[in-house]
Amino acid sequence: MIQVLFYLFAGVAIGGALGVVMSKSPVGSLLFMVATLASIAATYVLLEAHFLAAIQVIVYAGAIMVLFLFVIMLLNLGHDYQKDLKGGLFALISFGVVGALAGVLAREVGAIGITETPAGGLAIDAALVEHGVVGAIAQPLYTTYVVPFEITGILLLVAIVGAVVLAKKGPV
Amino acid sequence: MIITEALVLSAMLFVIGTFGVLIRRNAIIMFLCIELQLNAVNLAFVAFSRVWGIDGQIFVFFVMTVAAAEAAVGLAIIISIFRHYETVNVDNFKLLRW
Repeated sequence: MIQVLFYLFAGVAIGGALGVVMSKSPVGSLLFMVATLASIAATYVLLEAHFLAAIQVIVYAGAIMVLFLFVIMLLNLGHDYQKDLKGGLFALISFGVVGALAGVLAREVGAIGITETPAGGLAIDAALVEHGVVGAIAQPLYTTYVVPFEITGILLLVAIVGAVVLAKKGPV
Repeated sequence: MIITEALVLSAMLFVIGTFGVLIRRNAIIMFLCIELQLNAVNLAFVAFSRVWGIDGQIFVFFVMTVAAAEAAVGLAIIISIFRHYETVNVDNFKLLRW
């Protein structure tokens, strides 16, 4: 059952990713991207990462993609379908490079055949039972990783200020 | 479980994202493809968290935060470039090109 669902969502994700790359209009790319993100969220659920699946839908498919959509609408890019695919030799070279990369990655992953271990899967399942879906993430996040977490807050503040300054009209 | 399959899916999404960054010239779509690569890496992290413990999921949390910050700043840069050049096709931005 899990296998079947996984292949279904993997197919949607790969189709959506190809749509992102090949779609002519930016809005089309964006909608394909939302489909891809939603199916990646579904695979998170199948991998027992429920909190991350919710965050993926809310933050990625909700907030970040709407930000992209706002920018596309603001810049009025929705209907100038100028050709922006690089053609000819360059596309061939990039296809070769990317194909080589895919071959290396597939060989590395396929050769090992990674399986679940008690230290990983069972520990996560036990934490899910003990602390709940949010608590399983929150427990290490607020103890072991509390300093990176606080630094993340500073990063977001800097990003907000930087975005306002960069997008502001007039002399900086 | 489906760990190997998830890793293969992650590799395929990463490669498709790389291909998109290489062949598209529209800055916004290149940016979307970079987000696609980040998501592929996130999927690999979640799959590996079934092997090495929940730290992988914490890292996904941090990657998502950095991606949100990067999207905000990057789109602000695209807006200010568009104000100057009236286009988002990166072939037209020649200032730093030799």
